[in-house]
Amino acid sequence: MSEKIYIFKRFERFWHWAQAGLIIFLMVTGFEIHGLYSNFGFERAVNLHTIAAWSLVGLWVFAIFWHFTTGEWKQYIPTTKNVMAMANYYLFGIFRNAPHPHRQTQLSKHNPLQRLAYLFILVIVGPLIWVTGWLYLFYDQWPAWGLDGKLSLDVVALGHLIGAYMMLLFLIAHVYLTTTGATPLSHIKAMITGWEEVH
Amino acid sequence: MQRRYRIVKALFIGWLAITAGSFAQAADQPKAGSTADHSKFKELQQEFQSGPEVTKACLACHTEAAKQIMHTEHWKWEYLNPKTDQKLGKIHVINNFCTSSQSNLKACASCHIGYAAMTDKGVKDDETLVDCLACHDTTGAYSKPSGLGGMVYAKDIEMPPGSGKIIKGLNLQKMAQKVGKTSRKTCGSCHFNGGGGDGVKHGDLDSSLEDPDKKLDVHMDAEGLNFTCATCHKTDGHNVPGSRYAPTAVDKEGVMIRGKEKDRNPATCQSCHGQKPHKEKNAAKLNNHTNKLACQTCHVPAFARGEIPTKMFWDWSTAGKRGADGKPLVVKDENGHAIYMGIKGDFKYGENVKPDYVWFNGDVNYTLRDAKVDKAQQPIYINKFLGSPNDGRSRIWPVKTFRGKQPFDAEYKILTVNHLAGADDTAYWTNLDWEKAIESGMKAAGLPFSGKIDFIETISQWPITHMVAPKDQAVACNECHTKGGRLEGIPGVYLPGRDHIEWLDNAVKVLALLTLLGVLGHGLLRIFSSKKH
Repeated sequence: MSEKIYIFKRFERFWHWAQAGLIIFLMVTGFEIHGLYSNFGFERAVNLHTIAAWSLVGLWVFAIFWHFTTGEWKQYIPTTKNVMAMANYYLFGIFRNAPHPHRQTQLSKHNPLQRLAYLFILVIVGPLIWVTGWLYLFYDQWPAWGLDGKLSLDVVALGHLIGAYMMLLFLIAHVYLTTTGATPLSHIKAMITGWEEVH
Repeated sequence: MQRRYRIVKALFIGWLAITAGSFAQAADQPKAGSTADHSKFKELQQEFQSGPEVTKACLACHTEAAKQIMHTEHWKWEYLNPKTDQKLGKIHVINNFCTSSQSNLKACASCHIGYAAMTDKGVKDDETLVDCLACHDTTGAYSKPSGLGGMVYAKDIEMPPGSGKIIKGLNLQKMAQKVGKTSRKTCGSCHFNGGGGDGVKHGDLDSSLEDPDKKLDVHMDAEGLNFTCATCHKTDGHNVPGSRYAPTAVDKEGVMIRGKEKDRNPATCQSCHGQKPHKEKNAAKLNNHTNKLACQTCHVPAFARGEIPTKMFWDWSTAGKRGADGKPLVVKDENGHAIYMGIKGDFKYGENVKPDYVWFNGDVNYTLRDAKVDKAQQPIYINKFLGSPNDGRSRIWPVKTFRGKQPFDAEYKILTVNHLAGADDTAYWTNLDWEKAIESGMKAAGLPFSGKIDFIETISQWPITHMVAPKDQAVACNECHTKGGRLEGIPGVYLPGRDHIEWLDNAVKVLALLTLLGVLGHGLLRIFSSKKH
């Protein structure tokens, strides 16, 4: 008999999936703009990329507001406690059917490694993508902002690309780690229904 | 039945007569908006025998016109570039078409707006030699035959004398009485035929622009905006702005306001469209391209789009062959265009040609007659468009790259002035003898000649700025934003879609693959170990 707890609230679930969809779409269009393959055609890819980016900005405005009003931002406070235990679990314990070192609760949805990973996305990858993306988008405003000559498009584009590449690597690991719950699908179910089966 | 047929026929003929009559009448009316009907001027009601007589009559009222003309490049064929100190203009430069106007003026002068005013020493200072009709004829019948040094006559002339070739006299009285504003046809009668034929030289200027549709030129569309050349090349005191010798590569000003900015070139796109020309979807993205691109780069997708081919290559070194009849050989392609002429050599043509692209800041450096040329460094740039991504005043411009092979003095290492046209025995087009032709040409130019002739590959660059397509036919984004696109060779600019750091892309591909393999391995291990437990 496993226990079920309500972890992810409705907005949180919506935020997660909308964001996932937008980010994947941004990668698809972004990598086309970068010239890695051809699908929509450059012009359409740029237009769609821009629309998706603004949608994500809108979503983030709501998400940030939600995090602060609900106090959910505390979920991302990093902790070193149990980090080694988590690493140990993924490297060894998981194969021996050892107990999961982190007990999910409403007040602590993410295990310590998750906290660090999401914090890294929030503090490093996200801002890198946002800042470079905006600079990219408002390239024509550089002279007005006094940035002309101080910044070059190569550097901005490179930063944006590195952000995207980090996001891609994160995505692969993230999708895989969803299968490491009580059952292979329990994390995904939780992100759909809100209810998590705990170990 | 018979009767009814006759009535219909009579009615039809009557209708024809009426419409034809009204057309003829319309053609006789002075242009709407004009305050003068030149056919009523006493000065013009005389039997003119020659061009200067017409000019004299014009100057009786337009007292300053000739003086104005004589101050312009148009008249002098001379331009001193203050930046490079190079003395330019048709009278000085060497090109890789007919190579030099000097010593060929009898032929070249059929375009110059003067009546036998051009000489190898310069332009004659005589107001009556100004050719008003060259620009102001509206009948379309005015033309200046080659060989008369630019003169026209009311009577038939045998040219050359004794040859039996008759040049038809012009109705100068009728032309003088119908003068009017310049038109695409009058400007084009010379500028469409640069290089010796329709469309030969420029590629973006040919007779298809006399009556173009919107597709060919969005501004000149005869059914639409119907711009003449002078709409953009807005002339002040007979001085036509927009010279190729000192082009405006970058115009950072706004829309031109009447009465302001006298010194500015009004023939730039910006002088009408301003700095943020795009209004519709994607406007911001398009407008911010203007800091790197000339408007023409996107809006003139190809030149020679009017079904008139332009010359792309001219090899003088193969000239001189004669046919079985002893006359200079002529070989034509399937469209009837000469691809070989005994008097000129081999040609290649192009239609719908995608331009080349260069960084251009408006400065052009010419290889002039006294410049040393080295065959080891061929192709030599006859005129090099200067510019760079870093000088802060360049834009990427479309150009026609014209390649040629032309004679030079192998000992003195200078490009030669070649005497091509003329009735004398030294003209190349008369006897196909380079030595005589070059000796005579160099003498006329006051230059030394060693007698040693060789041929050298040359390139000339021509800005592409006319034949502006409608916006839906502008160069599409993916034509440049891709590997191997139009701007493939353009340095100093980051082009999404073209520019990658190859190792980074590859490193990430490897990293992503390793991550994927890692998690798959991890998963497999989990499945494997869960079975064991």
